[in-house]
Parts: sequence; C-alpha cells; structure tokens
Amino acid sequence: MSQSRLLSVLVENKPGVLQRVASMIRRRGFNIDSLSVGPTEDETVSRMTIAVHVGRQQAEQATKQLAKLVDVITIDDITGLRNVAHELVLLRMHAPPGERTELLNMVEIFRGRVVDVAASTIIAEVTGSTEKIDNFIDLMRPYGIKELARSGAVALVRGDQARIRVLDFANGDDDRGAVPQAPAGAAGDQMGNV
Amino acid sequence: MIPAAELHPAPRLTGAQIALECLIREGVDTIFGYPGGANLWLYRWLPEYPQLRHVLVRHEQGGAHAADGYARSKRGSVGVVFATSGPGALNLVTGLATAYMDSVPIVAITGQVPTTAIGTDAFQESDVIGSTMSVVKHSYLITRVDDVAATIREAFHVARTGRPGPVLIDFPKDLQAAVTAFSYPEGPARLRSFRAPAPPDPAKLRRIAQLIREAKRPVILFGRGVVIAQAEEELMQLAHLAGIPVGWTLLGTGAFPVNDPLALQMVGFMGAGYTNKAVCAADLLIMIGMRCDDRVTTRIDSFAPDIEHLVHIDIDPAEIGKNVVPHISLVADARTALRELIPLVEPKREHTWLTRVDQWKEEHPVRFVNHNGLLQPQEVLQEMYARCHDEAIVLADVGQNQIWAALWFSYGRPGLFLNSGGTGTMGYAFPASMGVKLANPDRTVFCVTGEGGFVMNMQEMATFVENDIDVKVIILNNASLGMVRQFQDDFYEGVRSAVDLSFTPDFVKLGDAFGMKAMSTRRREDVGAMLDEALAHRGPVLLNFDIDPDANVYPIVPLGKGMLDFVEAS
Repeated sequence: MSQSRLLSVLVENKPGVLQRVASMIRRRGFNIDSLSVGPTEDETVSRMTIAVHVGRQQAEQATKQLAKLVDVITIDDITGLRNVAHELVLLRMHAPPGERTELLNMVEIFRGRVVDVAASTIIAEVTGSTEKIDNFIDLMRPYGIKELARSGAVALVRGDQARIRVLDFANGDDDRGAVPQAPAGAAGDQMGNV
Repeated sequence: MIPAAELHPAPRLTGAQIALECLIREGVDTIFGYPGGANLWLYRWLPEYPQLRHVLVRHEQGGAHAADGYARSKRGSVGVVFATSGPGALNLVTGLATAYMDSVPIVAITGQVPTTAIGTDAFQESDVIGSTMSVVKHSYLITRVDDVAATIREAFHVARTGRPGPVLIDFPKDLQAAVTAFSYPEGPARLRSFRAPAPPDPAKLRRIAQLIREAKRPVILFGRGVVIAQAEEELMQLAHLAGIPVGWTLLGTGAFPVNDPLALQMVGFMGAGYTNKAVCAADLLIMIGMRCDDRVTTRIDSFAPDIEHLVHIDIDPAEIGKNVVPHISLVADARTALRELIPLVEPKREHTWLTRVDQWKEEHPVRFVNHNGLLQPQEVLQEMYARCHDEAIVLADVGQNQIWAALWFSYGRPGLFLNSGGTGTMGYAFPASMGVKLANPDRTVFCVTGEGGFVMNMQEMATFVENDIDVKVIILNNASLGMVRQFQDDFYEGVRSAVDLSFTPDFVKLGDAFGMKAMSTRRREDVGAMLDEALAHRGPVLLNFDIDPDANVYPIVPLGKGMLDFVEAS
C-alpha cells in the first residue's frame, strides 16, 4: 500500500548535496511529493524535509539508500510522530474590487494574510499543514488563481526531544523497526520475533 | 618558549606534491594514468616520487579497469587512476561504474580546469562530479589547496570502508600548483555520517544457529562479499561443520572449491541446474555477501518460493530486502558474521538431503557436447585450468567466455576468479589483468576473453609490452558476438542482427605489430602445447583459439522463465 512518508534528513552543508540526494531518488525511481532544504542552527548542517509517496518496502529502500550517501548525517522518519509539518503558499488571486471582501474573508478564515495588493490582483500568504494548504487552494480556485508558489513541507518533531528516532541501519536496526513483509508462507517467523 | 610548529615548520609544498605524498602514506605503490592539460602539475612532480610506479595506459578506460583489477586481486588495497579533465575524466565513467557495481575500492584523481575557469565552458572542461555522481560511492571537488591532504585521506577511507567502492577527486589545476604547509592528518579519518556497523546481534546469531540445527534441507548461497571480506576459510568451516551445500553467484565463483563434496555450482540464469533445484527445494537458505539480482533470481517469483527460513547477511543494509525479503538479516561483513556464528553451530549432517543433492548433481551435470568436431571453448578452458595448479588468478571478460570460464573453474581450494559481474562491461578483462599482474607479480595470470571484448580495449597491448606485464591472454574467438547471437537465435525469433565479427584482426599479426608474442589455432590437439609454450615464455602472450562459432552457453534459463526452467546442453 502506497502512503506518504515524511523524512527529516540532516546533511552536510556542502555544494552538490542536493544534487546527490535528488540524483539517488531519481535513479532509484522514488516519487517525491515535496523536498525543501534550508540551514539549521549549525552552519555546517542543512535540513532536508522530504515527503515521498511510496509503499512500505520502498520507503525502507529509499531511507537506506539515503543513509548510504556520505553527506547524509541522520535520517528521521517522522511519519506518524507528533510533529509540526508546515508549508507556505503564496497565491496571486484575480481580485477585482467587487470580489475583494469575500476573498479577504477566506484568507482570514485560514489565518493567512494579504502581502500584496494591486489594481486587480492580490497576493495571499497562508501557512499550515499540507492538507490545510490543499483545502485553501481548492476553495480559492473558483475565484481565479493567477499564480501559485508552494514551499513544500518543513517539519520538526514536537516536545523536548530534538530527535525521536534515527533510523540507524548501519547498526542493523532494520529488523526491529520497520519490519519488512515476510515472503508468503512464512508469516509466523517475522524477524521481530527473534 | 618557541612553539614547536616554529621550530619544525611544516614543509611548504604544492598541491600536487601533497597529493603524491598522501598517496604514498595510503600505501599506494602503483598508479595507472594518462596525462593531459589539467593534471600536468601532478605529472611534473610524479618522477620525484619513485616509490609510486606510474603505468602509462593507452586509454583512460584501460586505466580505470587496471586500477580495479589491482584492487580486486590485492585485497585490502585501493586501486588508483589518474586522468585529465574533460574527455580524460569522462573516459573513466565505464570503469567507475564497473567498480561501483562490483564494490571495488578505487580512487580516481582527475585534473580539472582552474577554479577561476570552472563554469565558463573552458577548454576540456566538463562537469565530472555531475557526470559520475551515480557511479561513484562519493566524490570531491577540491576548492582550497589546504584541503588536499584531508580530502585524499577521507577519499581512501570512504573507498575501503564498509561496502567498498570507487571515489573520485576532481583536482583543479591551479590548486595543484598552489603552495601550502603540508602536514599529514594523523589518526583515523572520521566522518560524522559514517558509522561502523555494530557487532552482529547475538540474539540473531543464536537464532540463525538454531535454524541451522533445525533445518532439514539447508543451502548456503554466497557472492562477492565473501571474497571482499576474505571469508573463504570461515565459509568452508561453517559448511563442513553443519553439512550445508554451498552455491554461489557469478561474482562468488572461485571462493569455494568446486571439487568439495558440499559444493554446488553457480546459481541462477546460467547457473547449474542442480544448484537451482537445491535452492528451490531448501527449507533454510542462507545468503551471504550477495545482492540477489535478477541474474541470480531469474523470474523473481520463481526464486525459492516455498522457503521456510531465508537468512540474508550483507554489509550493506540497503541490500537487505531490496530484491528478496529475508526473515532474518544481519548487517555485517561476511567474515565477522561467520566468525561469530560458527561457535554457535552444532555439528550435523542431513544425509537424506545431501544424497538428494548428489542425485541432482548426477542428473544435471555441467557439461558440453561436441557435435561437429570443431574446437569447443570448454576444451580450451579445461586445458587452461589444468595448468592453473590451483593458484593462477583467472579473469574473464563478458559474454559467453565469462560464463564458460566461470562454470569450468575447478580448483581444489579457494581461488580468485575476477570479472565484471554487475555492469557486464565488455573490454574489462584485458586491461584489468594488467592491474592483477602488477599487484601479484609472482602468480600466473590468465585473461579469458572473446574477440569482441578484446578489441574494445586492445590498445593496452602497448602497455603490456612496454611494462612486460606477463599475462597469458586467451581469446575464445567465435567470430561473432556470441552471447548476443545465442539470444537472437533463441529469444529474438532467430534473426541474427549485427553480431557478425568475422572482420576481426589477424591476432598473430596484431601481436607482431605491438611486439607481443601471439599464437593461433583451430585444432584441439594444439591447445595443450600452445598453452605450455605460452607459460614457458616470460612476458605477455596472446593466444587465439578459433572455436565452434555455434557453441552456446548451457545451462540457461530462457528469458522470462523461472529457476527450474533451465535448458541443458544436449
């Protein structure tokens, strides 16, 4: 079954790292929903937040292949953990004077703000979960979206723990964590029982 | 008090000198390379370091394969190749890909245009980092002369650590000339993203030992991971302790003696029928140091479909569950894993199972049939292997010659059989055999190839003669691209298309032109004497054998079919 997984990846802040990650993902045929990259509190480290749409076994492959890249420091699979995953959208809306109030109300409901006003258009900015952004865009569509830019998700895990779970494949954690499906006829002998 | 650094200031050297100093400290003694505009400062200083033997290859691809052969045959070492920017570096790509797929540690140092010219489409500039990204384990563009020493140290560490692989260093010309204080980074190279695998989990080891104890029909399959980790002895111990038949992949060939009573043979697409039968009938399958690719599994759902317990041991966690999902996995190198496992295993023998395996061996022998009296490739190989005395290193190229050489490899003890298994690079064996011989001057080296693959890198004949590299090259000449021809005959509606290689040089004259001793025959009765003469001759020899042009590889699983659908020689 295919699902969206959210990976929070710390990488060396070096030239070419984004290309290495993108190249591996393309070569192995994984589908990226979004990828965002930016600096962290440590200037030698960047954080990539990667949303991939993959099956369970493929997710494990993607994570393991990422972990093999020399410039990748840690990978947190934060799917399903208590996390804050936000993205930002900028929307340029067709907004003739007669329709503006209604539009502004919608932006307000989504706790967004208007960051640019021109004679016949406005630019609205909304942040929040991917689902919220999707909803906002759907609701705006009938009014006439002229241009749209989305940042892709950035995420952190909630609470005091900076990192909840690092996938430490190098130390053989694979069998205890994401348990791969056993081949047919062997369901009683999952590795997790070892 | 005067600081120590001022009393003994670090010597000021150029980037090129620092690179060469570092290579020596990494244990390098041989470099395969080709000079050009962007690496001339390296070549300016090279003669000042006589500890570094430079072998001038005649094409950069040959250099990459030679470095690969060097590293494969001198285990623990790292092969080194130099090339200039642009075309020089791009000519390495196939060699890097070959090393990457087969996990061979090499370091390639390429010249690059000056830092000030990068990005301007300067003469002989190309994006080497970008062009090679998917065929190297890692790569570096040096941007400051102060980084040269640390970069080389790290590159060697990455190349040889964990699952080995090729690493590329792109070295701009101005930084080769720039001067800085040189101090060698002491202590082990450290990378925060690179963690050594933890020792194998004792609970899992106990579970595997328990499965071995309970198994009624156990089989071991292994691949190149056993060769890389030099775990041949441990593998033999485990097999004999618990009476487990052992089969192997193409890249595992040679590491387990075929004459051993517990030996199966190569598995899979062109493996022995009895190996495939044993794998499919096993209740416990232990896979060690292998990727389990499509050449091993054939049609994936036909690979051990009813297996009760599948164990996978590999140093690369990404290989676990990639193609076949195991029930128990262990991330460890083969030697460590086996050494930890063996003390937990109890001696046993499943006589019924071993008898059944022996029956399959009798029913499905690896054999050939001489239908027409023409010289058969296996007849040549049998004569060759009879002269290997269980010690020669054998290389094979790609295609029919590769499978024949693998299936007829027959040593009484573990030996080295080297070939491009993953990438299947035609033209690999001949240049790679230079590296093998230079790394193993005291061992006999045979290079088995076809006339097609040989011609792809035959320019290296000059390198062989210049350096008197004593390799006996065996060309199994069927005047066609044999494997492709066989596929066309059997799987592509019998239409032979672009496979005729009758326009191939006269290899005796070719040898003469390069100054290499060369002989040729089409007669069975000449084979032994020709091989003896070649072995008696000091220096490289080219032996052309015109073989039956219709000789085919058997057994073979027809394309799209499963493990048990193998077709045998008849």
